[in-house]
Amino acid sequence: MRLIFRWLRENLFSTWYNTLLTVLVIWFLWVAFSGLFQWAVRDAVWSGGAAACQQARQLAQAEGRSWGACWTVIPENLKLFLAGTYPAGELWRIWVCVYISAAMLGLSAGVWRGLVRDVVVALGAAALVLLVLPFSWTERLWMFGIVLALVVPLGLRWVARSRIPRVRWILGGGWLALPILVVWLIGGGGPLPKVESTQWGGLMLTVLLAVIGIVASFPLGVLLALGRQSTLPIVRWFSILYIEIVRGVPLITVIFMASLMLPLFLPGHLRIDQALRAMIAFTLFTAAYIAENVRGGLQSISRGQIEAAQALGLSHWLTTLFIVLPQALRAVIPANVGQFISLFKDTSLVFVAALLDLFNIGRSILANPQWLGTDREVLLFVAFVYWVFTYAMAHLSRRLETILGVGER
Amino acid sequence: MSTVFARIPLWRDVRVLRIGAQVLFVLFIVLIANWFYTNLQINLERTGIRFGFDFLWTTAGFGISEGLPFEPTDSYGYAFWVGIVNTLRVIGLGILLATLLGLIAGIARLSSNWLVRQIASVYIETIRNTPLVVQLFFWYTAIFLKLPRVDESIVLPGPIYLSQRGLALPKPYATETFSLWGYGLLVSLLVALAVYVGRRIYLERAQRPGFAGLWAFGVFVLGAFVGWLVLPGAPIAWEMPTLGRFNLEGGWQLSPEFAALLAGLVVYTGAFIAEIVRGGILAVPKGQTEAARALGLRPLQVLRLVVIPQALRVIVPPLTSQYLNLAKNSSLAVAIGYPDLFNVANTIINQSGRAIEMVLLIMISYLTMSLLTSAFMNWYNRRVRLIER
Repeated sequence: MRLIFRWLRENLFSTWYNTLLTVLVIWFLWVAFSGLFQWAVRDAVWSGGAAACQQARQLAQAEGRSWGACWTVIPENLKLFLAGTYPAGELWRIWVCVYISAAMLGLSAGVWRGLVRDVVVALGAAALVLLVLPFSWTERLWMFGIVLALVVPLGLRWVARSRIPRVRWILGGGWLALPILVVWLIGGGGPLPKVESTQWGGLMLTVLLAVIGIVASFPLGVLLALGRQSTLPIVRWFSILYIEIVRGVPLITVIFMASLMLPLFLPGHLRIDQALRAMIAFTLFTAAYIAENVRGGLQSISRGQIEAAQALGLSHWLTTLFIVLPQALRAVIPANVGQFISLFKDTSLVFVAALLDLFNIGRSILANPQWLGTDREVLLFVAFVYWVFTYAMAHLSRRLETILGVGER
Repeated sequence: MSTVFARIPLWRDVRVLRIGAQVLFVLFIVLIANWFYTNLQINLERTGIRFGFDFLWTTAGFGISEGLPFEPTDSYGYAFWVGIVNTLRVIGLGILLATLLGLIAGIARLSSNWLVRQIASVYIETIRNTPLVVQLFFWYTAIFLKLPRVDESIVLPGPIYLSQRGLALPKPYATETFSLWGYGLLVSLLVALAVYVGRRIYLERAQRPGFAGLWAFGVFVLGAFVGWLVLPGAPIAWEMPTLGRFNLEGGWQLSPEFAALLAGLVVYTGAFIAEIVRGGILAVPKGQTEAARALGLRPLQVLRLVVIPQALRVIVPPLTSQYLNLAKNSSLAVAIGYPDLFNVANTIINQSGRAIEMVLLIMISYLTMSLLTSAFMNWYNRRVRLIER
């Protein structure tokens, strides 16, 4: 009891102006939260579709009081939020993608342990939490599959480790192949029926754009960074020009350019669909930022490392490839995670290319007269989903920083 | 010796290799560029558009809802200029307000009051981790468009009217005595300059530190104040917005689009600036403050002479990139329909089909703005940078 009082006195009422500040803040919070509670919880409609919201609103208007949130818009449109207008009969393909990714994560957790295992545990816990929410039983079954896909490979790890040599290399290759596999599964082709990219959407498209963007832009960014450090003047100036121009214009203009002008610069028979154009735009844009991050890493390598490599007789390229780059890239992993986070947020700009990602599918739901006036509910939900992802990644990045010991050596 | 060098074969001679690599690189770039260019030629010929900027002088045929006065009969070029001015308006106000908000939030995050600290970090963490365009859309559709109708406006002290039509604030305007007061200002500015120079010379001779700039500023303010009192009427008056029958009249009226864009940009960039400010203040070691106190400096002097100069050195470079981000992010106005340069250019492309020319113009405009901002901030950075012995 005395401890509590001491804490209160030290943290809230240490001086007269702190006391005043505390009282003001508490009053402000009270006003804000009581209003929010009324709207978001007390008067809210949680189920029953658009008709229930309509009823509640009419009732409130008749009684002359304000009406609450219409949360039912979220479950009613959940499929749209998650997968857009993807054909319902093909939805299993997205689940398979999720399962494969989860299984890969589980396997990696077995092999690498450390941070990956924490990620697996967190994801498994998140999936279990989702199970508690009021989804239909089939959906719950699908979600339970995620937990299994995460946990089972973890148990297989002893088998994998003892029987297969170079399991890490195989896994690394698997991760590199994963985006291609996922794009094939979602887009179709071969035995699978084709699903046009205009039908991709929702959270799935957001994740896809962000992941493809970061994976594809990474090699380009490293090349640009090396080009900027090059002793060849033409290569250096070209890299600087590219990086500075791209960093000087808004992303929205790059997407705009890709979606509007790319077809003009390509021969008529080479048709690129909108999703691919957006991916190209994200890649070209992010590469310039990654190049700057990597340049920071390259500059942090001490001159002695290069001189030692040269003294050992390594050529320029071998020095770059085996001495400089591994150290530089390790130093810039957190910065690149930050880049990935902002790319993840920036995928919401694809409305310029007429794509329906998580945010823009929300906008299209708002345009539906049935859900008129649910702007706050939809936008808050969308923002919340983005927040969960980016906050988790930011947390991960901080952990990664401590594990890698960046800035401590 | 020379014979040894002469025997190095051509394909292992570094000088030749360097030139060869660059020639190859240039060839590669030229080939790609040429491929793009030929495709462009073919595609343009098929659509019947010829590249050129003369369309900028033809009649636009659309209206622009705010900014400089614009008629549909004006030219495309002028429309684009109106867009640029609208963008600059948002950027200028946005940078000012975002810096202010960031400063407050950054200091609040270091407050000794636990509640204030928590609120500041919740603000920073939520805003930084959600996309700006979602926030802008929220400000626009979920806040500004949900405000009451004009005749039921929310009136804040000022008076500031908040309604579906946006914001209406009091606007300062010059009265007839303003020109006289302006001359007075000019005179006091000259006097202030003289005081500044005199004071500097005096301080130099006396070999002691002092505030020459502060003296000059004081003289200037005094002159302005005396002028205000001496004149028969106040030189600047406020034009109040008044609630008419259907509309607000007078004052400084901001459209809901402008208000939403400004609010979104300021709140978003403010959160990033807050983190920078916090980092900058934390970067000054505690020993510096203690040493300054031990030398007998007063708390305000410690802040002014020791802490702020060192914090600024850490703050200015990342602050520059935040300002640039704000400028670039202002292009998201297109999502909520504020006629900024990107939005106007988009309309022009839809009307005239001149995609390449307009995209070029957009990029040049943003590049110019970015370069000017970073040039200014680099100049400022050089001033606050650590000058080592």
